[in-house]
Amino acid sequence: MINKLVIENLKHRPIRTFLSVLVIGLQVTMVLTLVGLGRGMLDDQKTRAKGIGADLLIRAPGSSAIGLSTNFNSKILPFVQKQPHVRIATGALVQGIGGLNSITGLDLDSFTKLSGGFHFRSGGPFTGADQVIIDEYYANEHKLKLGDPLKILNRDWKVVGIFAPGMLARVVVPLDVLQDLTANTGKLTAIYAKLDNPALTNQVIGALKEKLKEYPIYSMEEWVSLFSVSNVPAFTQFLGVIIGIGVLVGFLVVFLSMYTAVLERTREIGVLKALGASPLYIVNILMRETALLGVIGSILGILMTYGTRWIIDALVPGSLTQAIVPDWWPIASGIALAGALLGAVYPGLKAARQDAIEALSYE
Amino acid sequence: MSSPPMISAAKLKKIYRVGDIEVAALRGVDLEIGRGEFVAIVGPSGSGKSTLFHILGGLTPPSSGSVSIGGTDLSKMTDAERTNMRKTMVGFVFQKYNLLPTLTARGNIEIARNIAGQNGALDPQFEEILKLLGLTSRLSHKPRAMSGGEQQRVAIARAIVNHPALLLADEPTGNLDTENSNAVLGILQDLNRRLGQTILMITHNPEAAAFADRTVTMRDGRIVGDLPV
Repeated sequence: MINKLVIENLKHRPIRTFLSVLVIGLQVTMVLTLVGLGRGMLDDQKTRAKGIGADLLIRAPGSSAIGLSTNFNSKILPFVQKQPHVRIATGALVQGIGGLNSITGLDLDSFTKLSGGFHFRSGGPFTGADQVIIDEYYANEHKLKLGDPLKILNRDWKVVGIFAPGMLARVVVPLDVLQDLTANTGKLTAIYAKLDNPALTNQVIGALKEKLKEYPIYSMEEWVSLFSVSNVPAFTQFLGVIIGIGVLVGFLVVFLSMYTAVLERTREIGVLKALGASPLYIVNILMRETALLGVIGSILGILMTYGTRWIIDALVPGSLTQAIVPDWWPIASGIALAGALLGAVYPGLKAARQDAIEALSYE
Repeated sequence: MSSPPMISAAKLKKIYRVGDIEVAALRGVDLEIGRGEFVAIVGPSGSGKSTLFHILGGLTPPSSGSVSIGGTDLSKMTDAERTNMRKTMVGFVFQKYNLLPTLTARGNIEIARNIAGQNGALDPQFEEILKLLGLTSRLSHKPRAMSGGEQQRVAIARAIVNHPALLLADEPTGNLDTENSNAVLGILQDLNRRLGQTILMITHNPEAAAFADRTVTMRDGRIVGDLPV
Protein backbone atom coordinates (compact mmCIF):
# COMPACT_ATOMS: atom_id res chain seq x y z
CA MET A 1 0.00 0.00 0.00
CA ILE A 2 2.83 2.40 0.85
CA ASN A 3 4.42 1.58 -2.48
CA LYS A 4 1.18 2.48 -4.25
CA LEU A 5 1.13 5.82 -2.43
CA VAL A 6 4.81 6.40 -3.26
CA ILE A 7 4.28 5.76 -6.97
CA GLU A 8 1.11 7.87 -7.08
CA ASN A 9 2.90 10.71 -5.27
CA LEU A 10 5.70 10.66 -7.83
CA LYS A 11 3.21 10.54 -10.70
CA HIS A 12 1.28 13.42 -9.18
CA ARG A 13 4.14 15.86 -9.90
CA PRO A 14 5.62 14.54 -13.14
CA ILE A 15 7.90 17.48 -13.88
CA ARG A 16 9.40 17.59 -10.42
CA THR A 17 9.89 13.84 -10.56
CA PHE A 18 11.41 14.01 -14.03
CA LEU A 19 13.85 16.77 -13.08
CA SER A 20 14.96 14.95 -9.95
CA VAL A 21 15.48 11.75 -11.92
CA LEU A 22 17.35 13.65 -14.63
CA VAL A 23 19.75 15.31 -12.21
CA ILE A 24 20.44 12.02 -10.42
CA GLY A 25 20.93 10.46 -13.86
CA LEU A 26 23.35 13.18 -14.96
CA GLN A 27 25.35 12.65 -11.82
CA VAL A 28 25.62 8.92 -12.55
CA THR A 29 26.49 9.64 -16.19
CA MET A 30 29.18 12.08 -15.15
CA VAL A 31 30.96 9.52 -12.99
CA LEU A 32 30.50 6.66 -15.46
CA THR A 33 31.65 8.75 -18.42
CA LEU A 34 34.74 9.91 -16.61
CA VAL A 35 35.69 6.40 -15.51
CA GLY A 36 34.73 5.12 -18.97
CA LEU A 37 36.94 7.69 -20.65
CA GLY A 38 39.87 6.86 -18.41
CA ARG A 39 39.49 3.19 -19.05
CA GLY A 40 38.60 3.53 -22.72
CA MET A 41 41.67 5.61 -23.46
CA LEU A 42 43.92 3.26 -21.58
CA ASP A 43 42.38 0.27 -23.37
CA ASP A 44 42.99 2.09 -26.62
CA GLN A 45 46.61 2.68 -25.66
CA LYS A 46 46.89 -0.97 -24.68
CA THR A 47 45.56 -2.10 -28.03
CA ARG A 48 47.96 0.17 -29.83
CA ALA A 49 50.89 -0.89 -27.65
CA LYS A 50 50.09 -4.57 -28.21
CA GLY A 51 49.53 -3.90 -31.91
CA ILE A 52 53.25 -3.40 -32.44
CA GLY A 53 53.97 -7.02 -31.66
CA ALA A 54 57.03 -6.25 -29.52
CA ASP A 55 58.02 -8.45 -26.59
CA LEU A 56 59.66 -5.84 -24.40
CA LEU A 57 59.89 -2.14 -23.85
CA ILE A 58 62.55 0.14 -22.43
CA ARG A 59 61.60 3.57 -21.09
CA ALA A 60 63.68 6.47 -19.83
CA PRO A 61 65.14 6.30 -16.33
CA GLY A 62 62.73 7.72 -13.75
CA SER A 63 59.67 7.68 -16.00
CA SER A 64 56.38 6.23 -14.79
CA ALA A 65 54.49 3.51 -16.59
CA ILE A 66 51.87 5.87 -17.97
CA GLY A 67 52.22 9.39 -19.22
CA LEU A 68 54.86 10.90 -21.43
CA SER A 69 58.26 9.65 -20.61
CA THR A 70 61.41 11.72 -20.60
CA ASN A 71 63.84 11.00 -23.38
CA PHE A 72 67.11 9.15 -23.34
CA ASN A 73 70.16 8.71 -25.55
CA SER A 74 69.48 6.71 -28.68
CA LYS A 75 72.91 5.07 -28.43
CA ILE A 76 71.26 2.43 -26.29
CA LEU A 77 69.33 1.19 -29.32
CA PRO A 78 72.29 -0.50 -31.10
CA PHE A 79 73.34 -1.88 -27.71
CA VAL A 80 69.91 -3.48 -27.23
CA GLN A 81 69.97 -4.72 -30.80
CA LYS A 82 73.19 -6.61 -30.08
CA GLN A 83 71.83 -8.50 -27.08
CA PRO A 84 71.29 -12.24 -27.37
CA HIS A 85 67.83 -13.30 -28.59
CA VAL A 86 66.90 -9.76 -29.70
CA ARG A 87 65.78 -10.13 -33.27
CA ILE A 88 64.94 -6.52 -33.94
CA ALA A 89 64.70 -3.34 -31.88
CA THR A 90 63.24 0.01 -32.85
CA GLY A 91 63.11 3.37 -31.17
CA ALA A 92 60.31 5.92 -30.95
CA LEU A 93 60.19 9.55 -29.95
CA VAL A 94 56.84 10.77 -28.62
CA GLN A 95 56.02 14.44 -28.37
CA GLY A 96 52.82 15.91 -26.94
CA ILE A 97 50.97 18.22 -29.31
CA GLY A 98 48.38 19.64 -27.01
CA GLY A 99 45.41 18.05 -25.34
CA LEU A 100 45.62 14.30 -25.22
CA ASN A 101 47.21 13.99 -28.63
CA SER A 102 50.80 13.23 -29.41
CA ILE A 103 53.02 12.85 -32.46
CA THR A 104 55.38 9.90 -32.76
CA GLY A 105 58.63 9.74 -34.65
CA LEU A 106 59.51 6.30 -36.02
CA ASP A 107 62.26 4.71 -38.04
CA LEU A 108 59.96 3.09 -40.54
CA ASP A 109 62.44 0.39 -41.65
CA SER A 110 63.10 -1.15 -38.27
CA PHE A 111 59.51 -0.54 -37.14
CA THR A 112 58.17 -2.40 -40.15
CA LYS A 113 60.56 -5.29 -39.55
CA LEU A 114 59.42 -5.52 -35.95
CA SER A 115 55.69 -5.06 -36.39
CA GLY A 116 54.98 -6.11 -39.94
CA GLY A 117 54.28 -2.51 -40.82
CA PHE A 118 51.24 -0.28 -40.99
CA HIS A 119 48.15 -1.45 -42.83
CA PHE A 120 47.41 1.47 -45.08
CA ARG A 121 43.78 2.22 -45.91
CA SER A 122 44.98 4.72 -48.45
CA GLY A 123 48.33 6.15 -49.48
CA GLY A 124 51.52 4.64 -48.09
CA PRO A 125 54.61 5.23 -45.94
CA PHE A 126 56.35 8.58 -45.86
CA THR A 127 59.26 9.08 -48.19
CA GLY A 128 60.19 12.66 -47.40
CA ALA A 129 60.89 14.92 -44.43
CA ASP A 130 57.63 16.86 -44.47
CA GLN A 131 55.32 13.90 -44.74
CA VAL A 132 53.02 12.50 -42.08
CA ILE A 133 50.93 9.35 -41.81
CA ILE A 134 47.84 9.25 -39.59
CA ASP A 135 45.38 6.62 -38.43
CA GLU A 136 41.76 6.47 -39.54
CA TYR A 137 40.34 7.87 -36.27
CA TYR A 138 42.55 10.92 -36.46
CA ALA A 139 41.71 11.38 -40.14
CA ASN A 140 37.98 11.16 -39.42
CA GLU A 141 38.08 13.49 -36.47
CA HIS A 142 40.07 16.14 -38.31
CA LYS A 143 38.43 15.46 -41.66
CA LEU A 144 41.75 14.79 -43.35
CA LYS A 145 42.39 12.95 -46.58
CA LEU A 146 45.43 12.13 -48.63
CA GLY A 147 47.38 15.15 -49.81
CA ASP A 148 45.87 17.46 -47.17
CA PRO A 149 48.20 19.79 -45.28
CA LEU A 150 48.48 19.30 -41.52
CA LYS A 151 50.13 21.83 -39.23
CA ILE A 152 51.74 20.25 -36.21
CA LEU A 153 54.52 21.70 -34.05
CA ASN A 154 54.49 24.82 -36.18
CA ARG A 155 55.43 22.88 -39.27
CA ASP A 156 53.37 22.09 -42.34
CA TRP A 157 53.16 18.40 -43.08
CA LYS A 158 51.47 16.63 -45.92
CA VAL A 159 49.27 13.60 -45.27
CA VAL A 160 50.65 10.78 -47.42
CA GLY A 161 49.11 7.74 -45.73
CA ILE A 162 46.11 6.77 -43.64
CA PHE A 163 46.51 3.51 -41.72
CA ALA A 164 44.27 1.16 -39.76
CA PRO A 165 44.13 2.10 -36.05
CA GLY A 166 45.72 0.00 -33.32
CA MET A 167 49.35 0.54 -34.29
CA LEU A 168 51.26 2.36 -31.51
CA ALA A 169 50.37 5.93 -32.54
CA ARG A 170 47.84 8.08 -34.32
CA VAL A 171 50.21 10.57 -35.95
CA VAL A 172 53.57 9.35 -37.21
CA VAL A 173 56.46 11.22 -38.83
CA PRO A 174 60.07 10.27 -39.60
CA LEU A 175 62.09 9.83 -36.40
CA ASP A 176 65.07 11.99 -37.38
CA VAL A 177 62.81 14.85 -38.50
CA LEU A 178 60.94 14.88 -35.20
CA GLN A 179 64.18 14.60 -33.22
CA ASP A 180 65.61 17.67 -34.92
CA LEU A 181 62.36 19.60 -34.84
CA THR A 182 61.91 19.18 -31.10
CA ALA A 183 65.59 19.62 -30.18
CA ASN A 184 65.80 15.97 -29.26
CA THR A 185 68.49 15.00 -31.71
CA GLY A 186 69.83 11.59 -30.76
CA LYS A 187 67.07 11.03 -28.19
CA LEU A 188 64.35 8.39 -27.86
CA THR A 189 61.28 8.04 -25.62
CA ALA A 190 61.03 4.29 -25.81
CA ILE A 191 62.70 1.26 -27.36
CA TYR A 192 60.62 -1.70 -28.48
CA ALA A 193 62.26 -5.05 -29.07
CA LYS A 194 61.11 -8.33 -30.55
CA LEU A 195 62.85 -11.53 -29.53
CA ASP A 196 63.55 -14.62 -31.55
CA ASN A 197 61.72 -16.59 -28.85
CA PRO A 198 59.02 -14.79 -26.81
CA ALA A 199 59.29 -17.45 -24.11
CA LEU A 200 62.68 -16.01 -23.20
CA THR A 201 61.29 -12.51 -22.54
CA ASN A 202 61.82 -12.57 -18.78
CA GLN A 203 65.31 -13.98 -19.15
CA VAL A 204 66.28 -11.26 -21.64
CA ILE A 205 64.75 -8.56 -19.42
CA GLY A 206 66.71 -9.91 -16.49
CA ALA A 207 69.95 -9.73 -18.46
CA LEU A 208 69.14 -6.22 -19.74
CA LYS A 209 68.34 -4.95 -16.26
CA GLU A 210 71.83 -6.03 -15.18
CA LYS A 211 73.34 -3.86 -17.87
CA LEU A 212 70.88 -0.96 -17.95
CA LYS A 213 70.37 -0.60 -14.25
CA GLU A 214 68.43 2.71 -14.18
CA TYR A 215 66.07 1.96 -17.04
CA PRO A 216 62.56 0.67 -16.44
CA ILE A 217 62.24 -2.40 -18.66
CA TYR A 218 58.87 -4.09 -19.05
CA SER A 219 57.58 -7.05 -20.94
CA MET A 220 54.67 -5.82 -23.09
CA GLU A 221 52.32 -8.02 -21.02
CA GLU A 222 53.50 -6.39 -17.82
CA TRP A 223 53.42 -2.92 -19.28
CA VAL A 224 49.86 -3.05 -20.56
CA SER A 225 48.75 -4.55 -17.24
CA LEU A 226 49.89 -1.28 -15.66
CA PHE A 227 47.36 0.57 -17.80
CA SER A 228 44.69 1.00 -15.16
CA VAL A 229 43.06 4.20 -14.08
CA SER A 230 44.48 3.87 -10.59
CA ASN A 231 47.97 4.24 -12.08
CA VAL A 232 47.13 7.45 -13.91
CA PRO A 233 48.57 10.33 -11.89
CA ALA A 234 45.83 12.47 -10.24
CA PHE A 235 43.01 10.55 -11.93
CA THR A 236 41.73 9.18 -8.64
CA GLN A 237 41.73 12.64 -7.06
CA PHE A 238 40.00 14.09 -10.10
CA LEU A 239 37.39 11.34 -9.97
CA GLY A 240 36.96 12.07 -6.26
CA VAL A 241 36.22 15.72 -7.02
CA ILE A 242 33.69 14.79 -9.70
CA ILE A 243 31.99 12.31 -7.36
CA GLY A 244 31.94 14.95 -4.63
CA ILE A 245 30.28 17.49 -6.93
CA GLY A 246 27.82 14.83 -8.12
CA VAL A 247 26.82 13.86 -4.59
CA LEU A 248 26.41 17.52 -3.62
CA VAL A 249 24.23 18.31 -6.64
CA GLY A 250 22.12 15.17 -6.15
CA PHE A 251 21.79 16.00 -2.47
CA LEU A 252 20.67 19.57 -3.12
CA VAL A 253 18.19 18.68 -5.84
CA VAL A 254 16.56 15.91 -3.81
CA PHE A 255 16.61 18.14 -0.76
CA LEU A 256 14.70 20.88 -2.60
CA SER A 257 12.41 18.42 -4.33
CA MET A 258 11.46 16.61 -1.14
CA TYR A 259 11.31 19.83 0.85
CA THR A 260 8.73 21.29 -1.52
CA ALA A 261 6.90 17.96 -1.53
CA VAL A 262 6.69 18.04 2.27
CA LEU A 263 5.45 21.64 2.31
CA GLU A 264 2.93 20.86 -0.39
CA ARG A 265 1.69 17.80 1.48
CA THR A 266 1.48 19.40 4.92
CA ARG A 267 -2.22 18.68 5.12
CA GLU A 268 -1.85 15.13 3.83
CA ILE A 269 0.83 14.43 6.39
CA GLY A 270 -1.59 15.75 9.02
CA VAL A 271 -4.25 13.34 7.75
CA LEU A 272 -1.86 10.39 7.90
CA LYS A 273 -0.94 11.37 11.44
CA ALA A 274 -4.60 11.65 12.43
CA LEU A 275 -5.07 8.15 11.05
CA GLY A 276 -2.36 7.00 13.43
CA ALA A 277 0.72 7.05 11.20
CA SER A 278 3.90 7.17 13.27
CA PRO A 279 6.78 9.54 12.40
CA LEU A 280 8.64 6.49 11.10
CA TYR A 281 5.77 5.68 8.74
CA ILE A 282 5.91 9.22 7.28
CA VAL A 283 9.71 9.14 6.93
CA ASN A 284 9.42 5.71 5.34
CA ILE A 285 7.14 7.11 2.60
CA LEU A 286 9.58 9.91 1.77
CA MET A 287 12.61 7.63 1.85
CA ARG A 288 10.93 5.17 -0.49
CA GLU A 289 10.05 7.99 -2.87
CA THR A 290 13.65 9.15 -2.79
CA ALA A 291 15.02 5.64 -3.26
CA LEU A 292 12.74 5.16 -6.26
CA LEU A 293 13.96 8.46 -7.73
CA GLY A 294 17.51 7.27 -7.12
CA VAL A 295 16.99 3.90 -8.78
CA ILE A 296 15.23 5.32 -11.84
CA GLY A 297 17.83 8.11 -12.04
CA SER A 298 20.66 5.58 -11.90
CA ILE A 299 19.15 3.50 -14.68
CA LEU A 300 18.70 6.64 -16.76
CA GLY A 301 22.27 7.65 -15.98
CA ILE A 302 23.61 4.27 -17.10
CA LEU A 303 21.62 4.48 -20.33
CA MET A 304 22.89 8.01 -20.92
CA THR A 305 26.50 6.77 -20.86
CA TYR A 306 25.71 4.96 -24.12
CA GLY A 307 24.64 8.36 -25.42
CA THR A 308 27.83 10.09 -24.34
CA ARG A 309 29.87 7.28 -25.92
CA TRP A 310 27.97 7.73 -29.15
CA ILE A 311 28.59 11.49 -29.08
CA ILE A 312 32.30 11.03 -28.35
CA ASP A 313 32.66 8.43 -31.10
CA ALA A 314 30.87 10.72 -33.53
CA LEU A 315 32.73 13.91 -32.69
CA VAL A 316 36.22 13.11 -31.43
CA PRO A 317 37.07 9.49 -32.22
CA GLY A 318 40.76 10.27 -32.55
CA SER A 319 41.18 11.99 -29.19
CA LEU A 320 38.81 10.27 -26.81
CA THR A 321 37.60 6.73 -26.36
CA GLN A 322 34.92 5.91 -23.83
CA ALA A 323 34.44 2.43 -22.48
CA ILE A 324 31.20 1.19 -20.92
CA VAL A 325 32.08 0.21 -17.37
CA PRO A 326 29.45 -2.17 -15.88
CA ASP A 327 31.58 -2.82 -12.82
CA TRP A 328 31.16 0.86 -11.94
CA TRP A 329 27.35 0.83 -12.36
CA PRO A 330 26.65 -0.25 -8.78
CA ILE A 331 29.30 2.14 -7.45
CA ALA A 332 27.95 5.19 -9.32
CA SER A 333 24.35 4.22 -8.49
CA GLY A 334 25.24 3.70 -4.85
CA ILE A 335 26.86 7.12 -4.69
CA ALA A 336 23.81 8.75 -6.33
CA LEU A 337 21.43 6.92 -4.01
CA ALA A 338 23.41 7.92 -0.95
CA GLY A 339 23.39 11.59 -1.99
CA ALA A 340 19.64 11.46 -2.67
CA LEU A 341 18.76 9.73 0.61
CA LEU A 342 20.93 12.23 2.46
CA GLY A 343 18.95 15.00 0.76
CA ALA A 344 15.68 13.49 2.01
CA VAL A 345 16.75 13.33 5.66
CA TYR A 346 15.90 16.88 6.66
CA PRO A 347 12.60 17.09 4.76
CA GLY A 348 11.72 13.70 6.23
CA LEU A 349 12.42 14.87 9.77
CA LYS A 350 10.44 18.05 9.15
CA ALA A 351 7.49 15.98 7.98
CA ALA A 352 7.78 13.57 10.88
CA ARG A 353 7.82 16.40 13.42
CA GLN A 354 4.84 18.19 11.92
CA ASP A 355 2.04 18.79 14.41
CA ALA A 356 -1.11 16.99 13.24
CA ILE A 357 -3.54 19.71 14.34
CA GLU A 358 -1.55 22.51 12.71
CA ALA A 359 -1.10 20.41 9.57
CA LEU A 360 -4.83 19.73 9.35
CA SER A 361 -5.69 23.42 9.60
CA TYR A 362 -3.04 24.29 6.97
CA GLU A 363 -4.55 25.97 3.93
CA MET B 1 -25.14 -3.06 35.95
CA SER B 2 -24.55 -0.48 33.24
CA SER B 3 -21.51 -0.79 30.97
CA PRO B 4 -18.69 1.76 31.44
CA PRO B 5 -19.12 4.91 29.33
CA MET B 6 -17.37 5.10 25.95
CA ILE B 7 -16.07 8.58 26.74
CA SER B 8 -15.46 9.83 30.19
CA ALA B 9 -13.98 13.30 30.75
CA ALA B 10 -13.63 15.00 34.12
CA LYS B 11 -12.44 18.53 34.93
CA LEU B 12 -10.85 18.67 31.52
CA LYS B 13 -8.81 21.82 30.94
CA LYS B 14 -6.73 22.93 28.02
CA ILE B 15 -4.62 26.06 28.07
CA TYR B 16 -2.78 27.28 25.00
CA ARG B 17 0.09 29.71 25.14
CA VAL B 18 0.01 32.29 22.39
CA GLY B 19 3.21 34.29 22.85
CA ASP B 20 3.11 35.47 26.47
CA ILE B 21 -0.64 35.15 26.75
CA GLU B 22 -2.38 32.04 28.05
CA VAL B 23 -5.69 31.20 26.41
CA ALA B 24 -7.99 28.80 28.22
CA ALA B 25 -9.78 26.82 25.51
CA LEU B 26 -11.39 24.36 27.92
CA ARG B 27 -12.16 25.48 31.45
CA GLY B 28 -13.24 22.28 33.16
CA VAL B 29 -15.36 19.97 31.03
CA ASP B 30 -17.18 16.99 32.50
CA LEU B 31 -18.73 14.71 29.93
CA GLU B 32 -19.84 11.12 29.71
CA ILE B 33 -20.96 9.48 26.51
CA GLY B 34 -22.31 5.96 26.54
CA ARG B 35 -21.51 3.17 24.12
CA GLY B 36 -23.64 3.47 20.98
CA GLU B 37 -24.64 7.09 21.53
CA PHE B 38 -24.80 9.68 18.72
CA VAL B 39 -23.97 13.02 20.30
CA ALA B 40 -23.82 16.43 18.68
CA ILE B 41 -21.68 19.13 20.20
CA VAL B 42 -22.84 22.60 19.30
CA GLY B 43 -21.66 26.05 20.20
CA PRO B 44 -20.32 29.27 18.73
CA SER B 45 -16.78 29.71 17.42
CA GLY B 46 -14.25 29.75 20.21
CA SER B 47 -16.48 27.76 22.56
CA GLY B 48 -13.90 24.96 22.79
CA LYS B 49 -15.65 22.40 20.55
CA SER B 50 -12.62 21.84 18.34
CA THR B 51 -10.24 21.61 21.28
CA LEU B 52 -12.47 18.96 22.87
CA PHE B 53 -12.53 17.15 19.51
CA HIS B 54 -8.72 17.18 19.32
CA ILE B 55 -8.31 15.93 22.88
CA LEU B 56 -10.90 13.16 22.47
CA GLY B 57 -9.22 12.18 19.20
CA GLY B 58 -5.84 11.92 20.90
CA LEU B 59 -4.34 14.62 18.71
CA THR B 60 -3.31 16.74 21.69
CA PRO B 61 -3.12 16.08 25.43
CA PRO B 62 -5.24 17.99 27.98
CA SER B 63 -3.48 20.45 30.29
CA SER B 64 -5.24 18.91 33.28
CA GLY B 65 -8.14 16.69 34.14
CA SER B 66 -8.77 13.17 32.97
CA VAL B 67 -10.19 11.69 29.82
CA SER B 68 -10.65 8.09 28.80
CA ILE B 69 -12.04 6.39 25.73
CA GLY B 70 -13.29 2.84 25.99
CA GLY B 71 -11.63 2.60 29.41
CA THR B 72 -8.22 3.79 28.13
CA ASP B 73 -6.88 6.85 29.92
CA LEU B 74 -5.63 9.35 27.34
CA SER B 75 -4.40 12.05 29.67
CA LYS B 76 -1.28 10.18 30.73
CA MET B 77 -0.30 8.88 27.32
CA THR B 78 2.87 9.88 25.49
CA ASP B 79 2.70 11.21 21.91
CA ALA B 80 3.65 7.80 20.55
CA GLU B 81 0.99 6.06 22.64
CA ARG B 82 -1.67 8.50 21.46
CA THR B 83 -0.57 7.98 17.84
CA ASN B 84 -0.90 4.25 18.33
CA MET B 85 -4.30 4.68 19.97
CA ARG B 86 -5.61 6.63 16.97
CA LYS B 87 -5.04 3.68 14.66
CA THR B 88 -7.92 1.65 16.01
CA MET B 89 -9.73 3.55 18.76
CA VAL B 90 -10.93 6.62 16.87
CA GLY B 91 -11.91 7.49 13.31
CA PHE B 92 -11.97 11.05 12.03
CA VAL B 93 -14.27 12.75 9.57
CA PHE B 94 -13.29 16.33 8.72
CA GLN B 95 -15.15 19.25 7.22
CA LYS B 96 -12.78 19.32 4.23
CA TYR B 97 -12.86 15.54 3.69
CA ASN B 98 -9.05 15.43 3.79
CA LEU B 99 -8.64 12.55 1.40
CA LEU B 100 -5.19 11.91 -0.05
CA PRO B 101 -5.46 13.39 -3.56
CA THR B 102 -3.04 10.95 -5.17
CA LEU B 103 -4.92 7.82 -4.12
CA THR B 104 -8.23 6.44 -5.34
CA ALA B 105 -11.20 6.11 -3.00
CA ARG B 106 -10.23 2.50 -2.35
CA GLY B 107 -6.59 3.54 -1.82
CA ASN B 108 -7.69 6.12 0.75
CA ILE B 109 -9.59 3.45 2.67
CA GLU B 110 -6.79 0.91 2.36
CA ILE B 111 -4.08 3.28 3.58
CA ALA B 112 -5.99 3.67 6.87
CA ARG B 113 -5.98 -0.12 7.23
CA ASN B 114 -2.30 -0.24 6.30
CA ILE B 115 -1.46 2.29 9.00
CA ALA B 116 -3.36 0.13 11.48
CA GLY B 117 -1.22 -2.80 10.40
CA GLN B 118 -3.79 -4.59 8.24
CA ASN B 119 -3.32 -5.44 4.60
CA GLY B 120 -5.11 -7.50 2.03
CA ALA B 121 -8.68 -7.31 0.75
CA LEU B 122 -11.46 -5.54 2.62
CA ASP B 123 -13.66 -7.97 4.55
CA PRO B 124 -17.08 -8.82 3.02
CA GLN B 125 -18.87 -7.09 5.87
CA PHE B 126 -17.09 -3.87 5.02
CA GLU B 127 -17.93 -4.27 1.35
CA GLU B 128 -21.57 -4.24 2.54
CA ILE B 129 -20.93 -0.98 4.34
CA LEU B 130 -19.48 0.47 1.14
CA LYS B 131 -22.73 -0.48 -0.57
CA LEU B 132 -24.65 1.24 2.21
CA LEU B 133 -22.50 4.33 1.60
CA GLY B 134 -23.27 4.10 -2.13
CA LEU B 135 -19.57 3.94 -2.99
CA THR B 136 -19.22 0.60 -4.74
CA SER B 137 -19.06 2.09 -8.22
CA ARG B 138 -16.81 5.00 -7.20
CA LEU B 139 -13.96 3.16 -5.54
CA SER B 140 -11.53 3.44 -8.42
CA HIS B 141 -11.95 7.21 -8.71
CA LYS B 142 -9.59 9.77 -7.30
CA PRO B 143 -10.95 12.55 -5.08
CA ARG B 144 -10.75 15.18 -7.80
CA ALA B 145 -13.23 13.18 -9.88
CA MET B 146 -15.75 12.96 -7.03
CA SER B 147 -18.36 15.35 -5.67
CA GLY B 148 -18.09 16.75 -2.15
CA GLY B 149 -20.78 14.39 -0.94
CA GLU B 150 -18.99 11.38 -2.42
CA GLN B 151 -15.66 12.48 -0.95
CA GLN B 152 -17.23 12.81 2.47
CA ARG B 153 -18.73 9.35 2.18
CA VAL B 154 -15.26 7.98 1.33
CA ALA B 155 -13.94 9.83 4.38
CA ILE B 156 -16.60 8.15 6.52
CA ALA B 157 -15.67 4.75 5.08
CA ARG B 158 -12.00 5.46 5.83
CA ALA B 159 -12.88 6.52 9.39
CA ILE B 160 -14.73 3.30 10.23
CA VAL B 161 -12.65 0.75 8.29
CA ASN B 162 -10.67 -0.17 11.41
CA HIS B 163 -13.86 -0.51 13.50
CA PRO B 164 -13.01 2.34 15.87
CA ALA B 165 -14.64 2.58 19.27
CA LEU B 166 -15.48 6.21 18.52
CA LEU B 167 -16.21 8.10 15.32
CA LEU B 168 -15.36 11.79 15.58
CA ALA B 169 -16.87 14.09 12.97
CA ASP B 170 -15.88 17.78 12.79
CA GLU B 171 -18.48 19.78 10.84
CA PRO B 172 -18.93 16.86 8.42
CA THR B 173 -21.54 18.77 6.40
CA GLY B 174 -19.86 22.19 6.55
CA ASN B 175 -18.89 22.10 2.87
CA LEU B 176 -21.96 20.34 1.53
CA ASP B 177 -25.30 21.46 0.10
CA THR B 178 -28.52 20.45 1.82
CA GLU B 179 -29.10 17.32 -0.19
CA ASN B 180 -25.61 15.96 0.33
CA SER B 181 -25.68 17.10 3.98
CA ASN B 182 -28.81 15.11 4.62
CA ALA B 183 -27.34 12.09 2.86
CA VAL B 184 -24.16 12.20 4.96
CA LEU B 185 -26.07 12.77 8.20
CA GLY B 186 -28.44 9.97 7.27
CA ILE B 187 -25.46 7.67 6.81
CA LEU B 188 -24.03 8.63 10.20
CA GLN B 189 -27.40 7.98 11.78
CA ASP B 190 -27.62 4.65 9.99
CA LEU B 191 -24.16 3.60 11.17
CA ASN B 192 -25.15 4.51 14.68
CA ARG B 193 -28.47 2.69 14.63
CA ARG B 194 -27.54 -0.37 12.61
CA LEU B 195 -23.98 -0.98 13.79
CA GLY B 196 -24.12 0.69 17.19
CA GLN B 197 -21.25 3.00 16.20
CA THR B 198 -20.59 5.62 18.87
CA ILE B 199 -20.44 9.01 17.16
CA LEU B 200 -19.50 12.45 18.40
CA MET B 201 -20.22 15.19 15.89
CA ILE B 202 -19.28 18.85 16.10
CA THR B 203 -21.57 21.19 14.23
CA HIS B 204 -22.77 24.76 13.96
CA ASN B 205 -25.92 23.67 12.29
CA PRO B 206 -29.02 22.90 14.44
CA GLU B 207 -30.52 20.87 11.58
CA ALA B 208 -27.47 18.64 11.56
CA ALA B 209 -27.53 18.37 15.34
CA ALA B 210 -31.13 17.15 15.08
CA PHE B 211 -29.89 13.88 13.57
CA ALA B 212 -28.12 13.05 16.86
CA ASP B 213 -29.74 11.55 19.96
CA ARG B 214 -28.29 14.11 22.30
CA THR B 215 -27.01 17.65 21.96
CA VAL B 216 -24.27 19.06 24.16
CA THR B 217 -23.92 22.83 24.04
CA MET B 218 -20.61 24.54 24.75
CA ARG B 219 -19.73 28.15 25.44
CA ASP B 220 -16.47 29.72 26.60
CA GLY B 221 -14.80 26.40 27.22
CA ARG B 222 -17.58 24.92 29.30
CA ILE B 223 -20.60 22.72 28.76
CA VAL B 224 -23.69 24.87 29.26
CA GLY B 225 -26.39 22.49 28.03
CA ASP B 226 -26.87 18.75 27.65
CA LEU B 227 -30.22 17.69 26.26
CA PRO B 228 -31.64 14.66 24.50
CA VAL B 229 -33.08 15.60 21.12
